[in-house]
Amino acid sequence: MNSLILRVGSYVILPFALCLSLYLLWRGHNEPGGGFVGGLIAAAGYASYVLPRGYAALKRVLPVDCLHLMALGVGAAAISGVAGLLGGTAYLTHAWSSIGSLALGTALLFDIGVYLTVLGSILTFLGFFLEQ
Amino acid sequence: MTPFALIATGFLATPLVFLISRQKLVALAALLPAVLFCGFASYLPDVASGQVVVQEVSWIPSLGISMTFRLDGLALLFAMLITGIGTLIFLYASAYLHHGWRTPRFFSALTVFMASMLGAVVSDDLLALIVFWELTSLSSFMLIGHEPEKTEARRSAQQGLLITVGGGLAMLAGAVLLGSAAGTYRISEIIASTATNPLTGATASAIVILIGIGAFSKSAQAPLHSWLANAMVAPTPVSAYLHSATMVKLGVYLMARLNPALSSAPLWTPLLVTIGTLTMITGVILAIRHRDLKRILAYSTVVSLGTLITLIGMGHPIAAFAMVVFLLVHALYKAALFMVAGIIDHATGTRDTAILGGLAARMPTTLIAACLAGLSMAGLPPLLGFMGKELIYEAALLSNMSLIVMVVAIGANACMVAIAAVIALRCFVGRPQAELQETVQAATEPSIRMWMGPLILAALGLVFGLLPGLIQPFLVQAAAAVQGESLPYTLSLWHGITPMLALSAVTLVAGAVLFFNWDLVQRTLNRLSPLDRWGPDALYDRALDGLMGFAEWQTRHIQTGSLRYYMSVSMGLVSTAVVLTMWLSDGAVMPTLDLDGVGLEVVLPFLLVGASIMVLRSRSIVQGIISAGAVGFGVAVVFLLDGAPDLAFTQFSVEALSVVILLAIIGHMPFRAPDPRPAGQRVRDAVVATAFGLMFAVVLFGVVAIPFDEALSDFFRAASVPQAHGRNLVNVIIVDFRALDTLGEITVLALAALAAVTVFYSGQHIVTRRNNGAPAPATARTATDAL
Repeated sequence: MNSLILRVGSYVILPFALCLSLYLLWRGHNEPGGGFVGGLIAAAGYASYVLPRGYAALKRVLPVDCLHLMALGVGAAAISGVAGLLGGTAYLTHAWSSIGSLALGTALLFDIGVYLTVLGSILTFLGFFLEQ
Repeated sequence: MTPFALIATGFLATPLVFLISRQKLVALAALLPAVLFCGFASYLPDVASGQVVVQEVSWIPSLGISMTFRLDGLALLFAMLITGIGTLIFLYASAYLHHGWRTPRFFSALTVFMASMLGAVVSDDLLALIVFWELTSLSSFMLIGHEPEKTEARRSAQQGLLITVGGGLAMLAGAVLLGSAAGTYRISEIIASTATNPLTGATASAIVILIGIGAFSKSAQAPLHSWLANAMVAPTPVSAYLHSATMVKLGVYLMARLNPALSSAPLWTPLLVTIGTLTMITGVILAIRHRDLKRILAYSTVVSLGTLITLIGMGHPIAAFAMVVFLLVHALYKAALFMVAGIIDHATGTRDTAILGGLAARMPTTLIAACLAGLSMAGLPPLLGFMGKELIYEAALLSNMSLIVMVVAIGANACMVAIAAVIALRCFVGRPQAELQETVQAATEPSIRMWMGPLILAALGLVFGLLPGLIQPFLVQAAAAVQGESLPYTLSLWHGITPMLALSAVTLVAGAVLFFNWDLVQRTLNRLSPLDRWGPDALYDRALDGLMGFAEWQTRHIQTGSLRYYMSVSMGLVSTAVVLTMWLSDGAVMPTLDLDGVGLEVVLPFLLVGASIMVLRSRSIVQGIISAGAVGFGVAVVFLLDGAPDLAFTQFSVEALSVVILLAIIGHMPFRAPDPRPAGQRVRDAVVATAFGLMFAVVLFGVVAIPFDEALSDFFRAASVPQAHGRNLVNVIIVDFRALDTLGEITVLALAALAAVTVFYSGQHIVTRRNNGAPAPATARTATDAL
């Protein structure tokens, strides 16, 4: 898969895909998007970058191990629910605070967890195919 | 200490025992059973005077589940045997075993066994009893397999586990039946409720048979007896403790415990007496056929267990008393004799009765223990065994059993006399065979820890025989628990000239005749050995082989390892099942065509069908991938047009990723690889795929035809912004309303990736190891390149 077009193209694709994925993650609560789609798009960006360069190139653009990424994701999602427990309600009842019209809550942390898990697991799977 | 505290101490002390037995201070571990023994002994005066100690421990209070412990005569008799003999066994084992890495595991398993055994006999709850019961099976498995490098030990451990746990399953079913019939799982309440309305009919028979199977498997009744003899590969302390004195009596205990509740069932007496008598006959024949001390003792244990089951089945009050007395007698002498066998084995390196002899001069203390235990086993006055045997005869005479039972009982007791003589006399008196002369000359008395156990147990048989008043009130209470009513029994050595005395004399003469013709009888019975091929032990092997064969057969046919096969089968089955169900329940609906307001999207279905046909017809992998991608993008467009932008987004991303990943794989494959499937296979795959798609269409038509229930959508639409501060319903449901589901899903995703990592790298590991040392540089790249 060592094609020049893909090599050069993915230079551009990767930052765009990452920005798009973060944008989708951020706006997901109100507009179409969310952690799952965001994770998929980020993974697609990394995949297009890795495809012509080999799996080892992933380390240059992603300083974290894929397994750690998954662990972080599941951990963030699990921890986001503790706020509900501390507030005396059921686990995973999200807490909210508003800054002006912007409502921020532990739901965002949960969504980030989903994003990281999806990204980590897809890159892990991708590793097998590229390392063969 | 309360009964619960005593049992809990047993379990909690296991790590301590583990630590102690790593040192050379193993003998200290015997303090644990000794403490527990004293704890239980403190209840002796109360229980002997007829009181019952009941303790309720709340376990899961929110569910109303509590554990009840009940200490009556029968439970206390067992508890004291378990802890008392346990103390001596711990001491004995500390000298018997070579200290090594296995020692801590051995003593831990022994401790867990002891605690589970105590739990089983003190629990008043039927289900708790079963849990403890299974724990004893597990620890027995560990102990039989003490030397797992021996094939025989592995086989015997597995056999013991499979038979007793299999029986335990039947027993669980019986216990559930009994519990629901009586409306409670408390044994004392079951007994109380069956006293007013006894169990009848098919339920009663089913309960008796199912619980019977469990008890018979545990207590080695014919034809489930073979595991007990094979369990003799375990170290001798285990044989003495688990496989003669305590664990194998658990089945007897359960039958005795449930006797008041189940004896009204018509099947009870015939089943127990038949199985018990058969077991006695089997045990006698097999005991005589063997030369190995431990095997002889094991089969004589089988005889005794058969006797105990028969006595419970007789249902006569005196039989219950005889059962309790004989239980104590047997535990005392059999544990002692096993320990003697272990001492002999230790000193001479053999347990073969045909070559042993002349040890009397070398081991006088062991001789005394062996003789006392042997006299009790033979049932000679003034030992406790004599009273036990008289009571068995009295029970058989009074309870109007058929003559067969009487004859079998006499035969079994005569055999006991002969076996006792073989062990106590053959090994110690007379001359050893020539090859063993020097060994016997060099044999010495073992350490005090080893001879103390058998000596104390054997001496107790004499003390209780001379002073039966010591244990009589206690045993009366134990018999009352078995019989369900308290009756005044008496233990005494001399009843006057009675039929029982005459029967004792007959037994003794028959036993003596058998002893003096031992070799002849043994040779005669060994002519039967061709029959072993159809014996239960061989049948067990055949059943196991059959099971393995079946597993292999079905693995070969169901788990072919071909992904394509799995997918065709699952898709075909699902399609058939769904379409059939919808057809039979008239759920299939023809859609009504509504073309109002349809614009450009009318082209989409044709594109999708066209792309699908391309997939089916594609000749190369790349063509297939691209066509399948086109189908996916088409579906995504449908989502987008029908107001599901989130779904469309996801579908687009998944499709894009699939293409990327598939291309990554393609990089490692021949680029224009032709489809390897033969033509017939392609047609079959096409049929399955089409059927699957049609099935979905039918389901969707059916679903759309049902009026849509707006309740959930209304709720989410109304609650989304005020409760979850979000306008995107899909995302709000994912991260907030159903967040726990999502957490589960991402965990599954992460675990799947982890599992894949494990499989992937372990496969590489195997490849590298195979390549190690092999001159194959071309294939040796895998692990290093990948990692």
